[in-house]
Amino acid sequence: MNQKIAEIFETMEYGSAPESTERVVEWLEAHGGTFGHFIGGAWFEGSSEPPQLFETHNPSTGETIAKLTQGSDADVGRAVQAARDALPGWRALDGHARARYLYALGRGIQKRGRLFAVLESMDNGKPIRESRDLDIPLVARHFYHHAGWAQLMEEELPGYGPVGVVGQIIPWNFPLLMLSWKIAPALAMGNTLVLKPAEFTSLTALLFTELCQDVGLPPGVVNVVTGDGDTGAALVAHPGVDKIAFTGSTDVGRIIRGATAGTGKKLTLELGGKSPFLVYDDADLDSVVEGVVDAIWFNQGQVCCAGSRLLVQESVAEVLERKLRARMETLRMGDPLDKGIDMGAIVAPVQLDRISSLVEQGKEEGARIWQPSWSAPREGWFYPPTLCTNVAPSSTIAQVEIFGPVVVMMTFRTPAESVTLANDTRYGLAASLWTESVNLALDIAPKLKAGTVWVNCTNLFDAAAGFGGYRESGYGREGGKEGLWNYTKPLWQSEKGGDRPYGPKHGKDTGVVDPGVGATPAAPGSGRDGMPPIDRTPKLYIGGKQARPDGNYSLLVRGRDGDIVGEVPRGNRKDVRNAVEAAHKGSKAWTPRTAHNRAQILYYLAENLSLRADEFVSRLVQVTGMKTKEAKAEVEASIRRLFSYAAWADKYDGRVHHTPFRNVTLAMPEPIGVMAVICPDEAPLLGFLSLVAPLVAMGNAVVAIPSERWPLLATDLYQVFETSDVPAGVVNIVTGLHSELAPVLAAHDDVGGIWHWGSAEAGAEVERLSTGNMKRTWVSDGRHRDWWGATQGEGEEFLREATQVKNIWVPYGE
Amino acid sequence: MVRTDTQESGTLTDHATEDVSRNPGTPLELDWVRRVRVNRSAVERRAGTLGTRRSVKKDHQAAWLLKAITCMDLTTLAGDDTPGRVRRLCAKARQPVRRDLLEALGVAHLDLTVGAVCVYHTMVETAVDALLGSGIPVAAVSTGFPAGLSPLQQRVAEIRASVAAGAAEIDIVITRAHVLTDQWEQLYEEVRTFREACGEAHLKTILATGELGTLRNVYRASLVCMMAGADFIKTSTGKESVNATLPVGLTMARAIREYGERTGHQVGLKPAGGIRTAKDALLWLILMKEELGNAWLEPNLFRYGASSLLGDIERQLEHHVTGRYSAAYRHPLA
Repeated sequence: MNQKIAEIFETMEYGSAPESTERVVEWLEAHGGTFGHFIGGAWFEGSSEPPQLFETHNPSTGETIAKLTQGSDADVGRAVQAARDALPGWRALDGHARARYLYALGRGIQKRGRLFAVLESMDNGKPIRESRDLDIPLVARHFYHHAGWAQLMEEELPGYGPVGVVGQIIPWNFPLLMLSWKIAPALAMGNTLVLKPAEFTSLTALLFTELCQDVGLPPGVVNVVTGDGDTGAALVAHPGVDKIAFTGSTDVGRIIRGATAGTGKKLTLELGGKSPFLVYDDADLDSVVEGVVDAIWFNQGQVCCAGSRLLVQESVAEVLERKLRARMETLRMGDPLDKGIDMGAIVAPVQLDRISSLVEQGKEEGARIWQPSWSAPREGWFYPPTLCTNVAPSSTIAQVEIFGPVVVMMTFRTPAESVTLANDTRYGLAASLWTESVNLALDIAPKLKAGTVWVNCTNLFDAAAGFGGYRESGYGREGGKEGLWNYTKPLWQSEKGGDRPYGPKHGKDTGVVDPGVGATPAAPGSGRDGMPPIDRTPKLYIGGKQARPDGNYSLLVRGRDGDIVGEVPRGNRKDVRNAVEAAHKGSKAWTPRTAHNRAQILYYLAENLSLRADEFVSRLVQVTGMKTKEAKAEVEASIRRLFSYAAWADKYDGRVHHTPFRNVTLAMPEPIGVMAVICPDEAPLLGFLSLVAPLVAMGNAVVAIPSERWPLLATDLYQVFETSDVPAGVVNIVTGLHSELAPVLAAHDDVGGIWHWGSAEAGAEVERLSTGNMKRTWVSDGRHRDWWGATQGEGEEFLREATQVKNIWVPYGE
Repeated sequence: MVRTDTQESGTLTDHATEDVSRNPGTPLELDWVRRVRVNRSAVERRAGTLGTRRSVKKDHQAAWLLKAITCMDLTTLAGDDTPGRVRRLCAKARQPVRRDLLEALGVAHLDLTVGAVCVYHTMVETAVDALLGSGIPVAAVSTGFPAGLSPLQQRVAEIRASVAAGAAEIDIVITRAHVLTDQWEQLYEEVRTFREACGEAHLKTILATGELGTLRNVYRASLVCMMAGADFIKTSTGKESVNATLPVGLTMARAIREYGERTGHQVGLKPAGGIRTAKDALLWLILMKEELGNAWLEPNLFRYGASSLLGDIERQLEHHVTGRYSAAYRHPLA
């Protein structure tokens, strides 16, 4: 009957095993091959006449699959309005009801699993194995997991409500998975949304809208508008949107941060990466090889957290390289729908060009390029797995994100050097480390600047574990409890008085003034026994020392009766620079301290402040004109606050997430590093300590700009800090004009984050200037905050902003 | 089963002569053994995706299943084995698949047989007799199988007796205690002693991986057995509570690869116990092809120890021919 079987018996080759596209074709035909937007629970052709359409292609053949509608400003507006209309009903819904919808979406994904998987692979080019076994099951898992959060929201997130209407923009590398990462938590927390899928890969999002209809999701809760970057920009700019969640390149993330600055929109960004993959000499090298396959050849390397920098201990580098080359020969590339391949196609010609040209550049810069002997398919958009050696950190391909199946290999000598090399990047999305030593693994993992650290594994994801970046890889987390805060805000902000504008109620005529170059005013205070007074002009507090300001100019401080009560230095950009450098030194000493030790020092601060309470009361009265009773209350509240954060220091624990593997996933809140804080005038002592204490409690070093009007409350603290064993550089204080100092800090590329309390305009500028290193920002949006009460003035909200969560995955089993 | 006729003086012992392709073993390299690292979770992940990364369907599946038959050690190791039972098994070994099916598949001319017949020592003569002229070797389990705890002299004598009775392959069991107590020299000496006793007969060392505790032990025991001159390393006796699992197979395959890279000698792998379905058989072939290459898809380097696997493969082959799901009774008993 068949000669072929006898032949195969001899050659023992693999055949092709293509997945059928029949059902997908049926679905496309049912839509006439053309799709509009999904708005308010129904298809909408788009408001342009004639409709502006663009094509979406199958990357493995280049053929057109369907025509999609380019979303216009008007289309986006219509979708935002639909979401806004749906919001009151959706947010008012019982958490259990929302849980039922999310559960139904999870079930629905599973029931249509094959259709979603095949459509995803056709549209994106990823192997059917990955869409079938990884993407789609994770999508369902995300909806199930967040169904649970909807159910538990009231108990688990008391005092928090939805943000409102969320605009979500997702990339083309994991189209449906990124949709679920965005939509599931948003819906669980009671938000409504407008999602813009990537223009290359919108089809599964459109199929998903049919599922929303099937489960009876109320119209307008989920809206999908297709289109390119212009559509995304319209969504970002729309005033009816309360929050933007974006996953994509750091360049676009930067634009979005700039565009949303000052709008009060919440923002989470999951951006690019150049993640290190660290191999130590005691690793199981055969398993490492498979790890590299999963790290960089998964999804053709089009993975934001791809392990693209292979850092190998020098003693095992040669062996590993040989093993890798051998393994690359047995990778199979081809039709994404073939069930027997490892690698499919690159999503679009533009991406293929980027990969090719970067590898060319690498070659020109001296890299040795290794590709397997087999050739990639000629038809369609394919790029072979590529290993680059003879690469140094200074090589372009070792620095920029290639977003393709290209890994660069470098060596290190010691664990310490491995950390230095791993962190020598602007990104900080993920890292993978391979060793059989638990000591080494648990030593290295906290030292890596990355939101996710995989020990002896890589590219594992789960809805229960947060995912997101450090540094220029963005901010916010998706997954786990840590991800929910990004889709909620404190209820008090929506309650009566929650929008009271920023500003102190005391001391109308007080504050600092530029003395000008005219007559020098009388020195404040008076001498005794006929002697002239001793000048008590404070300096800046930098690196544990009182430092004269670089500019050598002062500001006069006017007290309650308009009298000059003192002077403070007018700090400038060089003082800020010095303070940041001092803070980095302080951070090195402070971060490794035990939480208990940090608590002890905060208690000691409270003790010493208490000792000098009267002095601070007088000062408050003197400079602000508040009543003695009020001043006493502020000092008392300040001491309590220090106690609160001393208490929190060793109690703001991480979590151990229940990820469905034999594994512990440790979610550890880590300090951000060096933080800048612009303190409010509203409570010159209490406000200052309410911001500095949580930062310090969590292990950050701080550059604080005290209340501009009443800086003497902060300068009086120098001696308190000095007598309380606060290590040098942990708290640095630069007095001066906020308008001069805040922009320098906001733009400083070696500051990890900045908190700003002040006017809305000043906060907007801070957000705008933060994009250089994509620092975390927390601004008051010109809103008043009640520093006296525990609801607004202290607690976990501050600790969350003072930290970033790192998820460390540790599979176990001998 | 392909065997080379070229022979030369053995280097291992005075009286042994062996195929050039045989693994002569190496001195025991303890440093190498002690450096071994195996990460269980990572091994399990790789093993878990072997079958999802590759798909063998239709004609390929039929051809691969036929290949699996040629790599099968058709086995009976039961207390109630009798000469009659063994002769029946041998008849099946000669003609493992219905003639009409082979014709329909276009492979009748290949004269397929299984890789070997595997029995206890007492059945060796019967099996040799029953397989006369077929070229199918007889394998004997030996050395106090399955626990391997009888006196060394008896175990060695058992090997010699089976070889004398005509067994061409000897499946020995190692002393697990040597592995569990880090006595690599003792393990090495034991296996070398067995290898010497085998003479020309090929030596398969059963690690009883289900009793070794860790994959690292599996890897280390694999290395030591290969250094001591094993022709095959074999997972299990089939009598342990956990037998041939893919992670264990993957670990052993990697040990074989490393040993081959460092010494130039090829060693075979024999998973045994618990392999019952055609799907399992394909998974193991995928594992061998992926980790070791096509050379390990042939009976000189790969065997399944199995008793019920053949029946499932026959049903799948008939399904391939007719398009209808088959029944066990449509295929002759082993």
